[in-house]
Amino acid sequence: MREIRSQKETEAALVNLIGQVKETYLDEQPLVVGIHTGGAWIASRICEQLHWDEPATLDISLYRDDFETSGLKRSGITDRMPKQLNGERILLVDDVLFTGRTIRAAINVLFDYGRAGRIDLGVLFDRGGRELPIEPNFLGESLGEDGVGRCKLSGPEPLALMIPDSE
Amino acid sequence: MHGPAALQLTTDGRLRHLLTTEGLPKSLIIELLDTAETFLSSQGQPVKKVPLLRGKTVVNLFFENSTRTRTTFDIAAHRLSADVVTLDIRTSSASKGETLFDTLKNLEAMQADLFVVRHSAGGAPFFIADRVTPNIAVINAGDGTHAHPTQALLDLMTIRKNKGDPAQLSVAIIGDLKHSRVARSLIHGLRGMGCPDIRAIGPGTLLPGDLEHLAVRTFHRIDDGLKDVDVVVLLRLQKERMTAALLPSEREFFNLYGMTESRLQLTKDNAIVMHPGPINRGVEIANEVADGQQAVILDQVTNGIAIRMAVMAMTLSTQQDEQS
Repeated sequence: MREIRSQKETEAALVNLIGQVKETYLDEQPLVVGIHTGGAWIASRICEQLHWDEPATLDISLYRDDFETSGLKRSGITDRMPKQLNGERILLVDDVLFTGRTIRAAINVLFDYGRAGRIDLGVLFDRGGRELPIEPNFLGESLGEDGVGRCKLSGPEPLALMIPDSE
Repeated sequence: MHGPAALQLTTDGRLRHLLTTEGLPKSLIIELLDTAETFLSSQGQPVKKVPLLRGKTVVNLFFENSTRTRTTFDIAAHRLSADVVTLDIRTSSASKGETLFDTLKNLEAMQADLFVVRHSAGGAPFFIADRVTPNIAVINAGDGTHAHPTQALLDLMTIRKNKGDPAQLSVAIIGDLKHSRVARSLIHGLRGMGCPDIRAIGPGTLLPGDLEHLAVRTFHRIDDGLKDVDVVVLLRLQKERMTAALLPSEREFFNLYGMTESRLQLTKDNAIVMHPGPINRGVEIANEVADGQQAVILDQVTNGIAIRMAVMAMTLSTQQDEQS
């Protein structure tokens, strides 16, 4: 694995992201939902820093749109989601934003829990290459439209952005 | 690997069909249980249906009657957004003289993706899996007294969720093991997971002869067999066996082998009591145990849906990869 953002650079992006989140949610704690697995790490760090309740985690593997071509890719389990959403403000968190398809799947999962009041999106890194009209409300760092190619957050401790060997 | 166990795996060891737990590698069992956990978490949503198998067609081929198992497969397929067709073969083709092979070819021509097969003859799902076109997956939903792999997997899932890794546990199976595909598949599954202590408890007439080869210890006295076990698995006493003079009476069976509160004291603290259902109160199990804290019989039902969803998703996932 080759490192493209060191632990220090990744932590700096996280500080930036948390700063924006804090500014927006001054007196109202949203329901923080981290997408398994990298997004869940970031969600935990946000909640820890802002002294919020532990975040929910979301598994989106059953809502992916590439089962026909890629088969089942299981990632984790959905945990700590409320039984039913009913107008809650949600902060959806992921580690790396690329095509937007993961976020589409995550929003679909949330809709199967009921009706959220508003969904904001916070991501640590944006590597461009969007295939859907989805943009983050809070962003740690943009890696540029031409980007870095395929990358993966390693963690949860220490956090760093890597290019996997096999890709 | 040769024979039946090999038929259900691809050349690179992934699950193509699910026919038996015999010879199923530990890594695959664990993958199935982990996948089922994912599905279990999706079952807590207000909308329980996930879009994973949208557009797929699951055909239930029930050559033998079974309302309960069929219902759980139906629910599993529906919750994956697959279309489900149930063919009650007993009253259709077979009675008109069509061979199993010709029935199969007809269903293939209808572009089915997955067959769930239940048959009174051991080996029927293997026959089918061996002859279907490569893009169809086959799941064994019970064949004769041979195998019932999804029941074994849901039992393993229930054991793992409640008591942890089966490699650290003692498990006692009580009752009519001889005619039980549930027991046979569970024993193979437990062995696959490395369970070091599997016990069979029952009268000699209801225990099969090959248990020693499977490293299962047999006990004819329940009090001896229950000592310090972590998991108690009861089996349904099949009333139809009574006629074969294998047992004196239901009351006698309950007196000798029925699970009562006082017998439960012999097990480890917090041992769990399982039963594949439907339970016969006062025959295999006393009311106070069936309704007690240690019974996980309804957990098994819930886990059964998740396991069947996992098996469907994993076998169809393999089919996708094979084609692309």
